[in-house]
Amino acid sequence: MTEPLPAAPDDALPVAAPDGVPDPADALADGEWHRLHPATPFLRGGVAFLAILGVLVANFRDRLVELAVGFQEEDPVDLLIDRNLLLPVLGGAIAFVLIGIVGFYLSWRFHQFRVTDEVVEVRSGILFRTQRQARLDRIQGINLQRPFLARLVGAARLEISVAGQDANVRLAYLGSAQADVLRRDVLTLASGAKRGGAPAVARVRSGLLEQRVDELLAPELDPSEAPAESVVHIPPGRIIGSLLLSETTVIFVLVLAVGIPWVAISGNWYAILGVFPALIGMGGVIVNRFTRTLRYSIAGTPNGVRVGYGLLSTSSQTIPPGRIHSVAIRQPLLWRPAGWWHITTNLASSGVPSASSGNVAATRLMPVGTQDDVARVLALLLPDLHGEEGLLDTSLTGRGGDDGFVNAPPRARWLRPFSWRRTGFTLTSSALVLRSGIVWRTVVLVPQARLQSVALVQGPLRRRLRLAGVHAHTVAGPIAPRLEVADADVAVTLFADLAVAAVTSGAADTTHRWNASGSAP
Amino acid sequence: MAERLEPVPGDWRRVSPKQVGVELAGSASMAVIAAIVAIAAFVLGIGFLSAAFAVAAVIGLISAAIAPGRVRSYGYQLRDDDLLFRRGLLYQRFVAIPYGRMQLIDINRGPVSRALGLSELKFVTAAAATNVTIPGLPEQEAEALRDRLVGLAETRRVGL
Repeated sequence: MTEPLPAAPDDALPVAAPDGVPDPADALADGEWHRLHPATPFLRGGVAFLAILGVLVANFRDRLVELAVGFQEEDPVDLLIDRNLLLPVLGGAIAFVLIGIVGFYLSWRFHQFRVTDEVVEVRSGILFRTQRQARLDRIQGINLQRPFLARLVGAARLEISVAGQDANVRLAYLGSAQADVLRRDVLTLASGAKRGGAPAVARVRSGLLEQRVDELLAPELDPSEAPAESVVHIPPGRIIGSLLLSETTVIFVLVLAVGIPWVAISGNWYAILGVFPALIGMGGVIVNRFTRTLRYSIAGTPNGVRVGYGLLSTSSQTIPPGRIHSVAIRQPLLWRPAGWWHITTNLASSGVPSASSGNVAATRLMPVGTQDDVARVLALLLPDLHGEEGLLDTSLTGRGGDDGFVNAPPRARWLRPFSWRRTGFTLTSSALVLRSGIVWRTVVLVPQARLQSVALVQGPLRRRLRLAGVHAHTVAGPIAPRLEVADADVAVTLFADLAVAAVTSGAADTTHRWNASGSAP
Repeated sequence: MAERLEPVPGDWRRVSPKQVGVELAGSASMAVIAAIVAIAAFVLGIGFLSAAFAVAAVIGLISAAIAPGRVRSYGYQLRDDDLLFRRGLLYQRFVAIPYGRMQLIDINRGPVSRALGLSELKFVTAAAATNVTIPGLPEQEAEALRDRLVGLAETRRVGL
């Protein structure tokens, strides 16, 4: 899509105040075109440019100093003078710097966005213009990230996820406080509530420095954003414990425990060189997971579940209601004594997880938590499950038998020798709950309104055992909701029930505009 | 052997018997190519390669042998709110797709299908696992079915 170059009259574009103080009248979601934070070029790679500039300046400053003091030494600048090349080189360097500055300035000027009642729209590019729109009712989540450097200058990166690969709209960077307001406004607009709520909370601050310090010291989750009772925190001790008890750590320790004595006995010191990179890699994974999960909080807000984490670089993601396509609650074997679980989700927007875009939170929504935490987070993720409290205990730790779940018949032990008792399902009014695994306990919940299709499968082995499998199809993600073994007749009934439920709950679902009847907060 | 699954009573619409030709052509060409490679590898004395391709050739032959049964197993029903598809004899698979969940419908024609006047309809939902393709539909019927389903999907459109 191309669009004629915008005339961009200055008065029509209220540029963000450089210090990012939110002016209540300067809400960004007003349907007009806006520009990004002025520090954007530097935050998006201009730092390297500045460094080059700095090196140049430093060299020439040394040269000036030397001239003044009178030292004579062979250095590149002397050579340039000797060959009469100083002026061309200096001129070239200055031109390069100028072109860079102009380029960054222009790309900043041409990078604009607006938020209307229907869409979020971004246009950018100097020569090759691109324009991208995201429909508000298709928003799958909003991710607000503050890398450490950006936090220092009071900027934040807002990423609006829509369904599909690489389909996100990124606004990098915005003023920190503005980004908070914009996120709230976009969510409010997307919820279908009427425009025109209370203005942003104006914060009175005396100066730039104090404001920076305030922002750096502020709690990761603004207390006004979510009711305190809905917030689930993860204590640092538990994070460390969960990491120590993870498979990665166990392998790490095993490698060391076997490797060190072996090297010491055999005297084969070169072997260390071979293992070293792998050890560093594993150590890196552990440290990375630890720093990412520091100050982790999950909270319910009127506009969805908010997951925030990070100590120096912070990130917080808001997933509106009805964007969660399935939820898996799992317990690695080593976590069982501690009673810990983790929760992963399938989201339409997650795409390929990458460390940079904060997708760790997108897929592993709760890195570690007790059964109590699981209950609270599940109530936030799937509020329709309200009133089925007993269900969670049964599904997590139940051993099978006649416990409300329809479990696999004993003849399924040929296929599930240990877990057949526990392998089963139950249908609530809003969700399909699948339970499996006796060693690695797993519970998968699929909201019926998110079912894309349902399959009933049977191969020769299951046919001989009069068993069958039922697969629920949801958007791609780390979870494949499948009931692998069930009595054939039960599976046929479940298939028919799910096919009906997928249609009726899908048609009754209104979460694409989750607050259409309400008004803006 | 226990009986096969028959989860939904009612008339299944079947695909054209000419589809057997398409599947035969695919399986047979696979068998022939694999056999040629196997023989060539045997002549050159590369034993394991020869064995691997011989196995592939046998699989191709078996696949060709059961092609008529497989084609008979394809079936679909247009129910009130969803499309029901079935395939497979040994490995049976039934899929129900609500009309409102269909994101797009492709019509594909391979060279053999085109010669026989057949098309296949491929259904795409937001879930990759859905993976439903109805092969062996006469061209006219495929287009009519596509138009009808797109219409149904439009009137029952739901979110993701």
